[in-house]
Amino acid sequence: MLEVNDLHAYYGKSHILQGVTFNVQEGEIVSLLGRNGVGRSTTIKSIMGEVAPQGSVKFRGEEIAGLKEHEVANRGLGYVPENRDVFPGLTVRQNLLLGIKNMKDQGRWKMDDMFDMFPNLGRRADVNAGVLSGGEQQMLTMCRTLMGDPDLIMIDEPTEGLAPKIVEQVGDLLSEIAKRGVSILLVEQKLAIALKISHRLYVMGHGHMVYEGTPDELKANEQIRKEWLEV
Amino acid sequence: MFELLFFSLLNGVVTGLLLFMLASGLTLIFSMMGVLNFAHASFYMLGAYFAYTISTYVGFWPGLILAPILVGLVGAVVERYGLRHVHRWGHVAELIFTFGLAFLIEEVVQFIWGKDTKAYQEPEVLQFALFNFFGQDFPAYKAFMLLISISIFVVLLLILTKSRIGLIIQAAITHPNMTAMLGHNVPLVFMGVFGVGAALAGVAGVIAGPALGTFPGMAVVLGPIVFVIVVVGGLGSLVGAFVASLLIGLLQTFAIALDYSVNDLLMLFNITTDADSALRDLWTLSLPQIAPLLPYLLLVLILIFRPTGLFGKRET
Repeated sequence: MLEVNDLHAYYGKSHILQGVTFNVQEGEIVSLLGRNGVGRSTTIKSIMGEVAPQGSVKFRGEEIAGLKEHEVANRGLGYVPENRDVFPGLTVRQNLLLGIKNMKDQGRWKMDDMFDMFPNLGRRADVNAGVLSGGEQQMLTMCRTLMGDPDLIMIDEPTEGLAPKIVEQVGDLLSEIAKRGVSILLVEQKLAIALKISHRLYVMGHGHMVYEGTPDELKANEQIRKEWLEV
Repeated sequence: MFELLFFSLLNGVVTGLLLFMLASGLTLIFSMMGVLNFAHASFYMLGAYFAYTISTYVGFWPGLILAPILVGLVGAVVERYGLRHVHRWGHVAELIFTFGLAFLIEEVVQFIWGKDTKAYQEPEVLQFALFNFFGQDFPAYKAFMLLISISIFVVLLLILTKSRIGLIIQAAITHPNMTAMLGHNVPLVFMGVFGVGAALAGVAGVIAGPALGTFPGMAVVLGPIVFVIVVVGGLGSLVGAFVASLLIGLLQTFAIALDYSVNDLLMLFNITTDADSALRDLWTLSLPQIAPLLPYLLLVLILIFRPTGLFGKRET
């Protein structure tokens, strides 16, 4: 579904991505692990077109490297940023409405689904998103992207800074997303959640992939965990 | 006295709403691009000239519709093929670009239409006094200007707050990258807002041309005042632009209408001044004389005491 080949990206003169290669298959949950600063977020941003990529990014066989952000999104890729980029001056409902790409055919997700899954969002539907708690904002950002009915959703650090109970809810939502046939590319630092829900995992270090395997394989590989993941 | 206040109030509101048509576009464009468009008042001038030319062939009314559309198209082209390319070199380059564009438009206008004031007039059907109050006429054309300005304000407000495109504009203004990642074509939205902003300035030009005169300096006359409004109201704030437009409109009109001098003020406190004093010119200084200064005085005071403007969030 998503094939990334020899992807390079630069911030000024810094060579951040140095030949990233990986893939995500239909219906798969794939996690991208690694320490801070190894280029995981930049990988997603390059795929989305926010950072100018060099190399090949194919989505459903079509080359999308170099397309503008909205063109990438309209091909069926969704992105949930790390910084919970809600529109603070707009209400929860308006934020969700903005996620919809096609008003006539909304696809897999309706606003009521979101409110059923997260009653808090439903209760505060007409409240400005800027006053929601961090956890609620995280849910809103994920739900807003889902309203656009992506076939593959890329989620950057969804559990960062959240209370354990909310982390559990995020995990439940990820499972629900996968159940509805949406592929997931998850960028995570918390190994536990990635090991629990992923089909495959990649470990990144110094701007490229250093390991690929299943959760069981990674659990068994202490050397990789020590060298590239543990602090 | 009452009729003076009444007519000054009406004229102030007419001027204020006319200024708002210019200021609303300018402040929206600033919100999006973070750059003040120095050429904004030039679109106002183009509106008047386009409408004048159209009116010579098919009359005033088709010009009222066609001229703003043409100005909007010019604005969209300027954004798409000019500003968007200059944007990558930063705000200073954008400012210089719009500054140069203002001069270019003025030169082109003089080249095509000449330097004299054009005989662009209000339609005959509106050349009558709508009502007479204490012996003073209120022209129907001013009421028409009022009607058009209020209608545009209401439509603009409805579009921005009630429609999907308004929602996308609001989101794109504060978070352009995130809005694009949700699948919305933000560059197209920017071009559209720039075009509509220019078209609004064009409408102002079409209806102000017959009342205030259609001449190559009309952009220079109104341009600085519009910047004062945007700064006083708060850069990027539509509500601020509305309040500041009315404030400046009323301030200017009342300052011209109320013929009081410093002498009159001193008389209130029973202070008499010597007619032969060296400061005689100061004592006889009247409100209408300093009226043109007042908006700029307000600008300076706002910048000193409230740099964000009345309703703005960013410092100017």
